[in-house]
Amino acid sequence: MAEKNLLQAIHEGLAEEMRADERVMVMGEDVGRAGGVFRVTQGLQEEFGPARVLDTPLAESLIAGAAIGLSVNGMRPVAEIQFADFIPPAFDQIVNEAARFYYRSNGAWNVPITVRAPYGVVPGGALYHSQSVEAWFCNTPGLKVVAPTFPADAKALLKSAIRDPNPVLFLEHKRTYRLIKEEVPENGEHEVPLGKARIHREGTDLTVVSYGLMLYTTLQVAQKLSEEHGIEAEVVEPRTLYPLDKETILDSARKTGKFLVVSEANLTGSVSGEIAALVAREAFEWLDGPVMRLGAPDVPAAAFAKPMMDFFVPGREKIESAMLELARY
Amino acid sequence: MATPVTMPQLGESVTEGTIARWLKAEGDEVEKDEPLAEVDTDKVNAELPSPVAGRIEKLLVSEGTTVDVGSEILLVATDGDESGPVEAQPREDVASGPPTEEFPAADTEAQPAVTNGGEKQRAVAEARSDGDGQGTVETAETLRLQRSSPVVRRLAAEHGVDISEVSGTGTGGRVTKKDIESHIEEREAAPAAAKAPAPSGTPSERVTVYEGDQIVELTSIRRAIANRMALSKREAPHAWSMVEADVSGLVALRERTKDEFAEREGVKLTYLPFIVGAVIDGLKEHPVLNSVWDGDRIVLRKQINIGVAVDLEEGALIVPVIRDADELNTLGLARKIDEVVSKARNRGLSPDDVSGGTFTVNNPGALGSVVSTPIINYPQAAILSAEAIVKRPVVVDDAIAIRSMMNLEVSFDHRVLDGGVALRFLTAVKKRLEAYGPESDIG
Amino acid sequence: MAVEGTRARHEALGLDGDDLLKIYRYMLLARRTDERMWILNRQGKAAFVISCQGQEAAQVGTAYNLSPGYDYVYPYYRDFGITTFLGQTPRDHFLSLLGKREDPNSGGRQMPGHFSSRDLRIVTSSAPVGVQYPQAVGSALAFKMRGEDGVVLACGGEASTSQGDWHEAMNFAGVHDLPVIFLIENNVYAISVPTALQVAGSIAKRAEGYGFPGHEIDGNDVLAVYETARRAVERARRGEGPTLIEAKTYRLTAHSSDDDDRRYREREEIEEWRLKDPITRFEKYLMENGLLDEEKKEALEAEIKGEVAEASDYAEQAPFADPEDALRGVYAEEG
Repeated sequence: MAEKNLLQAIHEGLAEEMRADERVMVMGEDVGRAGGVFRVTQGLQEEFGPARVLDTPLAESLIAGAAIGLSVNGMRPVAEIQFADFIPPAFDQIVNEAARFYYRSNGAWNVPITVRAPYGVVPGGALYHSQSVEAWFCNTPGLKVVAPTFPADAKALLKSAIRDPNPVLFLEHKRTYRLIKEEVPENGEHEVPLGKARIHREGTDLTVVSYGLMLYTTLQVAQKLSEEHGIEAEVVEPRTLYPLDKETILDSARKTGKFLVVSEANLTGSVSGEIAALVAREAFEWLDGPVMRLGAPDVPAAAFAKPMMDFFVPGREKIESAMLELARY
Repeated sequence: MATPVTMPQLGESVTEGTIARWLKAEGDEVEKDEPLAEVDTDKVNAELPSPVAGRIEKLLVSEGTTVDVGSEILLVATDGDESGPVEAQPREDVASGPPTEEFPAADTEAQPAVTNGGEKQRAVAEARSDGDGQGTVETAETLRLQRSSPVVRRLAAEHGVDISEVSGTGTGGRVTKKDIESHIEEREAAPAAAKAPAPSGTPSERVTVYEGDQIVELTSIRRAIANRMALSKREAPHAWSMVEADVSGLVALRERTKDEFAEREGVKLTYLPFIVGAVIDGLKEHPVLNSVWDGDRIVLRKQINIGVAVDLEEGALIVPVIRDADELNTLGLARKIDEVVSKARNRGLSPDDVSGGTFTVNNPGALGSVVSTPIINYPQAAILSAEAIVKRPVVVDDAIAIRSMMNLEVSFDHRVLDGGVALRFLTAVKKRLEAYGPESDIG
Repeated sequence: MAVEGTRARHEALGLDGDDLLKIYRYMLLARRTDERMWILNRQGKAAFVISCQGQEAAQVGTAYNLSPGYDYVYPYYRDFGITTFLGQTPRDHFLSLLGKREDPNSGGRQMPGHFSSRDLRIVTSSAPVGVQYPQAVGSALAFKMRGEDGVVLACGGEASTSQGDWHEAMNFAGVHDLPVIFLIENNVYAISVPTALQVAGSIAKRAEGYGFPGHEIDGNDVLAVYETARRAVERARRGEGPTLIEAKTYRLTAHSSDDDDRRYREREEIEEWRLKDPITRFEKYLMENGLLDEEKKEALEAEIKGEVAEASDYAEQAPFADPEDALRGVYAEEG
């Protein structure tokens, strides 16, 4: 085992799957010769060649569509959209096509593709390199949406996604690419199935669900609240955003009676709303406080200038204040 | 003065950079814009031009090391006075951890708390309460107090508890899950007492309301007090005794020491710690006043947990408890009293803070009372009132003297104890207080 | 019109009498099936019909070059001629038309014309126009990566070439010399919008911009279609790259049963094109080459009529899928 960051773990996951299965291939802009703008695919073309690590033209709809076509003719493509902000041109192919192939053909054609994209606010990213896009996809039956935060999970989930016979959207928070490091097991020792959440921290006073950079911050805040106030938060990461691991989330909500979702996506219409509705309905009798959410304001994404960008993302203080108030309700 | 140079952001969404190679060594002179190092990042490999002219004082990072954008990488000694911190970084610095931000009001749902008094929250609550205008307008605050939350209602139903009987430590006085759970636990521990039905509730016959009369709806705390008082008087046959104490010595002591004490300890020195200390001594000598009636027996409590009655401004009364008060000296008591009174006033008490009391001390003297007949804090056996200290003409050694006098009274449950021991207790307390002189030690 | 002096025309193309009669039969079967669909619609039995009438030559002529079940096909909703050649039967078409459980395309989940068959390698079709093209070039790339000689046929109307997806796919095909044939059936109208408002310049010539050959042909001349398509398929199998075929033809019916084409075109125009009906033209060629006479024709028509009638009846009697079936099959299971 070695310590890896998120980026390295994803790289390792890709490399291992490509070695194990010659049908697995990577495609996208700059993934081959340059190794990807974040260097996730660095070295893969040297090992597997320019056909299996393919530099595509600048055409997101083509990238997703061709991935579909490859996958129905025997390949297992892992397509990369360079930034999640650029996913809209591929939306039709992902949502109308990939997600619906199996159902509309009455089970004749399945689309075993993985579409990877980095998301999330990063300094200097501004409107088109910072977006959270999961809300657009998390009500698409036939599609799976995964957003792991920690390296070992990400590697394991990527492998599961690649092996899944369904199309999987795999979202990576770019701010956490290098920020989060941990021991990452070799080949297959750590397996994470799609559709399973993870409890990072057990507690009895409130449940906080989060993912991405917000999860990382929330865990730090939870530690602080424990040390300074004796408040024990249970922190749950969905890992798969669609379909949700409802059981784990509800078990936690029923255990603590207080529930908060922290995400950096625009609040209205977000995945956190779906989670909140689920809890409000299914855990109602156990609730000892209103179901709460923290998110970004309903403005078109984080600005370039740092003060405005900082205003956009729920920060440590805001998370702490929300958790404290809820714990004391 | 050395100017620090930091790792710049060499590309959007770049968060760190690696010093591939230093182009200058410590001690070298450097011109403005002259390259200092070769830097590698995710996106770009570039030379780093110096933002200032001067002499390289110290390289802070070795070649091959990766640092966050914004980290200091070297120090340049500039000539003459410092012209100010390095300002030439073209991009914004990046904090090394997640940024801390202000809390923008618009991006979360309305917070539940009302006690922080935000205009917005009140407005939200009022807006929500603008219903169809029929019957009483129910605000979020009212509902919160009456109906609390689903789990609390469920527990209340399961255990036959009236939520209004439970004092709440949650937002706005809300009964929380913990509050009702404690209540149920306590009730189970003192079964005989708790089964009495709540006397307050919607009466079958209302009084006539005349024009100009004002209706005051009961808060949960008022309701709880009403119930407890009625229960106490109903269950315990109250008897009462009073003594006078000459506390001139104590007054002088306090006068002499209070300023120094406040400065040294950071806590105001009132008479209450002395009174509580004397009460504790009295209880140790006469433990039957630190007990509970248990139907067919009396349970003498080992712990001495003194409740201190605190009058809250809104016409509510709460009794925070100082647990194991006998382990504290006067200073400790002073501190603890100060702490619980503040907490009480700030509505920061938890269920633990108001439970487990074995004896209560009431201080109506602070409000000018000279005689009062307190109601026992049921299911305790007795309660002491300390009255105002008043200068009076009294007879000392057959001559008239002006002394500071304080009345002390005890109300007690006559099932548990009789007047004799009550008076012996009172006398012990009185003697303890009278023993203080201007030169006494404050323990 | 390549009819006179062409006795050897089909032979020059390597087709014998059998082939021609097969081609003819496929075209006729598609047409008669199609006609019956309209009748069912006008009888209120079928909610929606979308037609291939007039385009049979462009479709069958091209498809006849393929290896069914080996090559990949991405048809569009008019391609009854292609799917019939590949192996779908009139029964299949009617079951699909009526949305019955045995519908091979989708079990009744999709509208008619959304073809799909794993066995026949017809990739499930969609409604958004043009989405098939990027998918098609992806499938073509897979063949190339494995060094196989399979080809991909991707079909659409002229309007589909207005979509970004078509251009992205054409470009990609050109960059990688993919074994794909783009068959554009230019039938003059995209619902009501004529080519003059749809297409700038020439569709066929766009291929040159993408680095490969494009051919504009008479899409109603089945042998011309066959010839062009054969060259394209052979080229692709040899690994030489893509071809664009713009088959000029005409949509004899309205866009669909929900379209009233009297709003945008004259009956005279339709009648003019009916004179150039590809089936009639081919009949003439067959007769002139002694492969068909009135007797044979009537026999064939009767046979087809019987087949179509039986198929239609079967489909009408066939059950729908259970309502709860709607919940099944959202995700493929492992393995």
